Amino acid sequence: MSIDVDVRRVFRLPEAEGGLLGLARVIRLRSVGILVPFLILFVVLSLTSSSFATKANLLNILDQQSATLIIAAAGTLVLIAGGIDLSVGAIYGFAGVTSAHFALQTSPVLAILLGIGAGFLIGLVNGIVTTVFRINALIATLAMSFIVSGCSSLVTKGNLLVLFEKTDFGAVARTEILTVKTSIWLMVAAVVVIGLLLSTTTTGRYMYAAGGNAEAARLAGVRVGAIRVLTFVISGTAAGLAGVIDTARVLSAQASPNDTALAFTVLAGIVVGGTSILGGEGAVWRTVAGVLFIALIGNGYLLLEFDPLYEQITMGGLLLAAVGLDALSRRRA
Amino acid sequence: MAGVGPPETSRGASTPYLELLDVAKHFGGVQALDHVTLAVERGSVHALVGENGAGKSTLGRIVAGALSADAGRMLLDGAEVSFRSPREALLRGVAAISQEAAIVPQLTVAENVFLRVEPRRAGFVSRRRLNRAFAALTAAAGFELPGNLSAGQLRTSEQQKVEILRALSRDAQLIVMDEPTAALGANETQHLHEIVRNLAASGKTIILISHFLSEVLSLADTVTVLRDGRVVKTASAAAETESSLVEAMLGRPLTATFPPKRPPAGDAPVVLSVRHLSAPGVERASFDLRAGEIVGLAGLVGAGRSELARAVFGAAPVLSGEVTLTGGASVGRSPRRSLDAGLVMIPESRKDSGLIFGRSSIENASLSRLRALSSLGVVRRRREREAARGVLERCGVRGASYAAPVDALSGGNQQKVLLARMLLCGPRVIIADEPTRGVDVGAKFAIYEFLTSLAAQGVGVLLISSELEEILGLSHRVVVMRRGRTVAELRGDAMNESAILSAAFADQASAASVP
Repeated sequence: MSIDVDVRRVFRLPEAEGGLLGLARVIRLRSVGILVPFLILFVVLSLTSSSFATKANLLNILDQQSATLIIAAAGTLVLIAGGIDLSVGAIYGFAGVTSAHFALQTSPVLAILLGIGAGFLIGLVNGIVTTVFRINALIATLAMSFIVSGCSSLVTKGNLLVLFEKTDFGAVARTEILTVKTSIWLMVAAVVVIGLLLSTTTTGRYMYAAGGNAEAARLAGVRVGAIRVLTFVISGTAAGLAGVIDTARVLSAQASPNDTALAFTVLAGIVVGGTSILGGEGAVWRTVAGVLFIALIGNGYLLLEFDPLYEQITMGGLLLAAVGLDALSRRRA
Repeated sequence: MAGVGPPETSRGASTPYLELLDVAKHFGGVQALDHVTLAVERGSVHALVGENGAGKSTLGRIVAGALSADAGRMLLDGAEVSFRSPREALLRGVAAISQEAAIVPQLTVAENVFLRVEPRRAGFVSRRRLNRAFAALTAAAGFELPGNLSAGQLRTSEQQKVEILRALSRDAQLIVMDEPTAALGANETQHLHEIVRNLAASGKTIILISHFLSEVLSLADTVTVLRDGRVVKTASAAAETESSLVEAMLGRPLTATFPPKRPPAGDAPVVLSVRHLSAPGVERASFDLRAGEIVGLAGLVGAGRSELARAVFGAAPVLSGEVTLTGGASVGRSPRRSLDAGLVMIPESRKDSGLIFGRSSIENASLSRLRALSSLGVVRRRREREAARGVLERCGVRGASYAAPVDALSGGNQQKVLLARMLLCGPRVIIADEPTRGVDVGAKFAIYEFLTSLAAQGVGVLLISSELEEILGLSHRVVVMRRGRTVAELRGDAMNESAILSAAFADQASAASVP
């Protein structure tokens, strides 16, 4: 329903209003796109459920979404630069079990570094495979996803790694600073750094150029390959960090096939936010709004006691609407 | 499949085949067409000319059903029509042929021609009947095309023939051609002209939209000049000249076609030296470029001019040979290095390899110099905006706002954004590959002035163009390429059209004798 409002607003205006003013308005409306449905949903949930707009519930949502938000923020860069990374779920799982494995045996600091480092390395391999060997990113990262999940099972040997006694490791995500957990603080820091990288630096500008028109960017002096490798490295590292945070958050880790599916949740969040699947357009703040929008829907289903069976259907519909909007706006342009 | 029979004469010959009455169309607040009234005679070639944005393509698209008019009426063969899609137009015998042919590269030529109307037997395409129908069609159209080749292997000019055949196979009586020769070389253009004449002679009506005034004058029976969405005049082509058309298009007389040439100083140093350069499509090419000199690089399409340019710039791999810039800087390794050394290139296609669509004019202009406009990796927006605004204004880019996406600009203004990007690099050598392709007369002159003024400031300019006039009008010296080699160098009195053409066309026997 909320998307309907948006479509009408964004796409009927130019005909009714016309002129450059109308055009400017379309651009502006499209660029705030996701905020409108997000705010509407937020208000509706606040009005219909008394437990929604409470500090505990909202912080809980952020805590649960911290991993997804970090990965999705980094994934936004990959998409904008013209790639796609389907291995983030597997990396997230691998980083989780790796850090758990070493947390049981060595110091928590080393465990954290190894978890993130694993993500960094896999991201680097992704980048090299897709740019140097020119293997399609979709296929390359899908293959990598299988490989990495397999490695996760090797690390755990099929067991659940329990860290309940390793509270110093858990402290990474569970310490409260100003009544907010460190998982959230870490997420905010990572998202802000990634967002600033994209929106204020030359590197960020080159990402837009590489995804918008790779050949033109190359002829303009942009090292497109290097930029794309960098986005995969950032994506892998972010997935590693997210895996470590979640392991510390729940104090256990196991190799789970569900982890690979996280890549799709992340992708859904990015695209619902309005970042183009075709590259060259998008923003990190949009991704944050997109991921949280999806999370709010899940939370709403829970609080309003709707049949959760319909939650996935809603998600799928949303995703189609988001991609459709993108396609429609491109056709207009 | 009747297709190419004589025209039916359901009405008197005096009734125009197509009539437009008070047709209007606006996009947003822009009035693209303003009360356009036009009559197109049956069996004639009717040309539409005008600057970019004058509304000629919009008009063509309305006739062919790709756009619908906001107001006005359209009469086809005396009956009022209103097409909601190209398909509806096709059903009434109106077809469109675009600059970039709409083909399915994987299918064969014959399959492309009969796409969606394949001769069937029990639901399956009958290949035998398809081939027979194709043979009949090409014979009627008067040109050859390999029916069994996959269409993706055809050259652009041949792909357009596929579209022409497709139109004929649907029995189209009116064919709208939008810049059909823009992407073609000289001999292919000649061939297409033949086809257009044959079509008109067989009773088809052609609406020809073209930037090339000489083409218009040699092909068209009638010319309509549009300016700012209005019809300025409709006249018999025989009564017009290029300058009369330009004057009507611009609304003022055009004083000079080319800015005056200022030859470089006699002792001007060599700024770019290319020696025995081999690269994909280029064989042992050599030439020098001096400061303040404009050197035209001429040759047929496929002679290796763009390939040479790309290799010199470092966008294509260099197999052997040397590219040296003043001071001994070795370029030709990567675009980044070339740009840093002051060697810039305006690529052949601004759409495919020039601009980042979706980003603003400012961002497009600053892209190559972004590092200099940032500190510690962070873009200094104000510095960027001011620098970009400076060069965009100097290049005469006009548009609603420099912060708006470049998509919204006209072709000429888009090209000027690319010039602005080059200017911001502080070039010492500039390679301009077809810098005026697809831009209107006014923008063309601005681009000429840009290149000559850069040369006057001591920049070496290598100009690639398929328009000989342009080469001759701007260059101090011409290098001719054929089959990947630099085969002739012409200067002074030897620099004329026939000398260039004979060097470009020379047969293989004499080509072999050239070192």
